[in-house]
Amino acid sequence: MAHAQETAPDVLVKNVTLEVMDIVRKDKDIQAGDRRKIIDLVETKVLPHFDFSGMTGLALGPNWPKANAEQKKQLTFEFRTLLVRTYASALAAYRDQKFEFRPLRLKSTDTDVTVQVRVMQSGAQPISIDYGMEKTSAGWKVYDVIVGGVSLVANYRTEFGNQVRDSGIDGLIKSIAAKNKSNAALAPAEKK
Amino acid sequence: MTADAWIGGIIARARRPVAVLAIALASGCATNGADPRDPVEGFNRAMYSFNETFDESIGKPVATAYRDALPSFVRTGVRNFFSNIDDLFIGVNNLLQGKIIDATTDAARLTFNSIFGLFGLVDIASSIGWEKHNEDFGQTFGRWGAPDGPYLVWPFLGSSTLRDSVGGLLDVKFDPVRNHRPVDVRNAMYLTRAVGRRADLLDASRVLEEAALDKYVFQRDAHLQRRRSLIHDGNPPRDDRSSDGTRAPRVELAPDPAPAPVIVQTPPRAEAAPGPSVGPAIENAPQRVGVTYEPRPRQDYDAILAAAKAANDAEDAERSSPAR
Repeated sequence: MAHAQETAPDVLVKNVTLEVMDIVRKDKDIQAGDRRKIIDLVETKVLPHFDFSGMTGLALGPNWPKANAEQKKQLTFEFRTLLVRTYASALAAYRDQKFEFRPLRLKSTDTDVTVQVRVMQSGAQPISIDYGMEKTSAGWKVYDVIVGGVSLVANYRTEFGNQVRDSGIDGLIKSIAAKNKSNAALAPAEKK
Repeated sequence: MTADAWIGGIIARARRPVAVLAIALASGCATNGADPRDPVEGFNRAMYSFNETFDESIGKPVATAYRDALPSFVRTGVRNFFSNIDDLFIGVNNLLQGKIIDATTDAARLTFNSIFGLFGLVDIASSIGWEKHNEDFGQTFGRWGAPDGPYLVWPFLGSSTLRDSVGGLLDVKFDPVRNHRPVDVRNAMYLTRAVGRRADLLDASRVLEEAALDKYVFQRDAHLQRRRSLIHDGNPPRDDRSSDGTRAPRVELAPDPAPAPVIVQTPPRAEAAPGPSVGPAIENAPQRVGVTYEPRPRQDYDAILAAAKAANDAEDAERSSPAR
């Protein structure tokens, strides 16, 4: 029963969320819709706590073992880029919402937990954001984000599965890369 | 701009989506329906593209104008007002599902917000901790054990399932707004509610736009996952083999013996029976959808994660160097 050296997963989620939201609230450029800055923020503050190869593996499902090492690397890279942008985009939408952090009853033997956060809003049911987290040698890492009951990883499975079926792993890599490219082209227009 | 001119503009803009609908219906029904949850994918895709066109040309611009024109507190007031009206049948549905405490909260919310919240314009109940619920007849049927049935996309209304469409008819029948008179006030309320709802989704739809490779598939899967979560009030049952919240013991990557969860793997095209008619698909829906629809397939996370981990051990080790 080693005492955990690393931050508990629920504490980690809370700290990171509050820190990021604080920056978002104070930063005038982000408020004005500066996408690059939000993306930078996600890159530096949020991403270190995500396990991207794990996420990519989950999203690929049964197709993951079929990919070779180079393909896995590319898939992880492209999927990561896609998620960063999606996450940044979602983050940009938050303004003054209040968060409720559910404390976790963590046992020392736990290696896989769900950390629950809820975003309170007026006149609507709170939105739940659950983080599926796994204990790794580098601390707790997020392997899935479940927003309002919708698992991000599970949601990509059908899409990825269809793509692999139609055009193979390389086709999928190409298609995510193309999506990233068109998203990147979108950025300046978003600024308003 | 006068109301007439505005409506005239709407009608003019509506011509395009209608034309698209005709074309989509003529051409769209040939799509292969490889996903058992979505036996009428061709029809659904046609409806989806109609809705997209309608949204692009009318829905989104009107909602954006609404958002830009009105200050946030007015929009919140509109949302709260209609939300308050909804609490009546949210309460009824909670009662039908045997959730007495939730139903009581809904009744208390309705009373409290109507009296002290200026006819529902202010959601005071939420701020004192009486949480808003999300219920409808489709969820009640789901709670009673009715399966989703085939996924369906309706013009203007969007994603649904057979079960939720039946539930939706009841939602509409009992909708207090629908039963409001005079009719032109009712229609104005319909319009305001629809525009307000679309405006609330502007951010979400932008995220969807950026996240999805195939928006139709992404939205369908998200909708089905969402509904399942709602039916179980945010705690859909997991198929974990362990009950104490820890993950089931890691297993080797064995081929899935059960029919593979659809969300994981769509059967290859060749396997799709030539021209499966709608009839038998609906007939089979209860078992098939029940078995195959598993939006949070935690059980195979184990195997897949193990495989992913093994394959990426080197990479993980690299990244673990700045460990804290």
